[in-house]
Amino acid sequence: MGKISNQQVIQSLTLKFGDRISVPNEPFGLLTFETSVDHISEVLRSLKEDKELKFNYLTDITGIHFPEQELSMGVIYHLHSLSNNVRVRIKVFLDIKAPHIPTATSLWEGANWMERETFDFFGIIFDGHPNLLRILNVDDMTVFPMRREHPLEDPNRVDKKDYFFGR
Amino acid sequence: MTNHPVFTDNDPQKETITLNLGPTHPATHGVFQNVLEMDGERIVSGVSTIGYIHRAFEKIAEHRPFYQITPLTDRMNYCSSPINNMGWHMTVEKLLGIETPKRVDYLRVIVMELARISDHLICNGILGVDTGAFTGFLYLMEEREHIYEIYEEICGARLTTNIGRIGGFERDFNDIAFAKIKNFLIKFPPILKEFEVLFNRNRIFIERTSGVAPVDPETALNYSWSGPILRATGVDYDVRVNEPYSSYQDFDFEIPVGTSGDVYDRYIVRNEEMWQSLRIIEQALQKIEKEPKGIFHANVPEFYLPPKEEVYNNMEALIYHFKIVMGEIETPKTEVYHAVEGGNGELGFYLVNDGGRSPYRLHFRRPSFINYQMYAPMSAGMLLSDAIINMSSLNVIAGELDA
Repeated sequence: MGKISNQQVIQSLTLKFGDRISVPNEPFGLLTFETSVDHISEVLRSLKEDKELKFNYLTDITGIHFPEQELSMGVIYHLHSLSNNVRVRIKVFLDIKAPHIPTATSLWEGANWMERETFDFFGIIFDGHPNLLRILNVDDMTVFPMRREHPLEDPNRVDKKDYFFGR
Repeated sequence: MTNHPVFTDNDPQKETITLNLGPTHPATHGVFQNVLEMDGERIVSGVSTIGYIHRAFEKIAEHRPFYQITPLTDRMNYCSSPINNMGWHMTVEKLLGIETPKRVDYLRVIVMELARISDHLICNGILGVDTGAFTGFLYLMEEREHIYEIYEEICGARLTTNIGRIGGFERDFNDIAFAKIKNFLIKFPPILKEFEVLFNRNRIFIERTSGVAPVDPETALNYSWSGPILRATGVDYDVRVNEPYSSYQDFDFEIPVGTSGDVYDRYIVRNEEMWQSLRIIEQALQKIEKEPKGIFHANVPEFYLPPKEEVYNNMEALIYHFKIVMGEIETPKTEVYHAVEGGNGELGFYLVNDGGRSPYRLHFRRPSFINYQMYAPMSAGMLLSDAIINMSSLNVIAGELDA
């Protein structure tokens, strides 16, 4: 579909970052790789500013929580190279005790609310964010509601237990 | 982001007036609050407060089976809910590897383009109201009613449609539905033409909208804008063309782009998109004629609920019905991102699946949420009356903003 293939993107990425990024895989044709919190700023910046790849469009930032993993909080970036018509997904996993990650607002103004939303629901702290406040939930909320430990329903209800939903 | 000076009211330095625009202001068409610092008629700075109708759809979705998430997507952009529904079905189909027949794709295209027309109709109609021309709005609302009647014929609902199922539609379009669509294609163009005659070259409308809130393509991309407002700045990004879904590659249509990205350009782009949508619907009707009749869903008994009478009379249907409802069907453990071109831009579904009955994590990339964050910064220096029409031309839908 795109003007450059995923193989070319992988080649260019491994040339630049070597072992600082994980081995990419391609679920449903969308190039996905992991990197560490130390390298995420550099990876995002060079993807955006690369003359050939031109991942200049930030589609989305969101979070995820895997309680059983050692690094349980995830931040997921979706970037899009509009001129090459190819997407890439970058994941960073953080320790829940200190979920700090550098902000992307210096690269994209649009990251501002996406990061605020991720902070609001997952408690991930984006260092350097100009205005990291809650956005959709009430200001005096004390928990981060999208973390897995928070139940959706009244815990006394017996008809909404997780094992009724396949897990 | 611009500095937002905060002075208490009795501070001698305070030379501005703090104005709460919203949350329930008749000119904002939804629950939007903007705390503005005003110097006379001019906005010095502003802060948007959002989340008034946040309903935690992402959290709810983690506890619902796939087919029960469709009604949640209805309630995001409720001006074009069929697009949201179809986007969600296609995400799940991508996850499960379901290939839909061509006829289903074309039926979906018809519904999605009708939804796009109704979305743009209300945006441009309201833009007229905000600039002081009520007539156009009234002309167009009658046509939106006709689109809702088509939905009603297809799925029984009008606004929050819950249209279609995973794999296709719950039932075939009946003859009345096709007759209504054909009737709409005859009746609507003259009215849209009349609307354009009222507005496009109207001196008052042009003076009121042209040059208001212009945005250059770099800024728009930097703020991750998408949809008609991005195309009004001159960037030709449309998901229907970049990553064709539901057989959009079979259709011949154009992507209108603007030049200056101001309110007038956004209006023109939306109007032109309605004409293109009509073209697509006409082509889809012709293509459906050539497809075998009576196919309205893919053959995926593991995920497509069988008709009720078969459940009672047919053993296999009963088993599949039980398995679907009790969630005993294996799904792949993977992640998928699927985007459709919604009324306001790229509507994305990021679905992480752990093989269970419900998503492990579902994130909606909501265009209104991402488009709206530029509103307060871009309002600085603007007249209040211009900021109002700027908001209506962004077509921010509160349900999609807050999810």
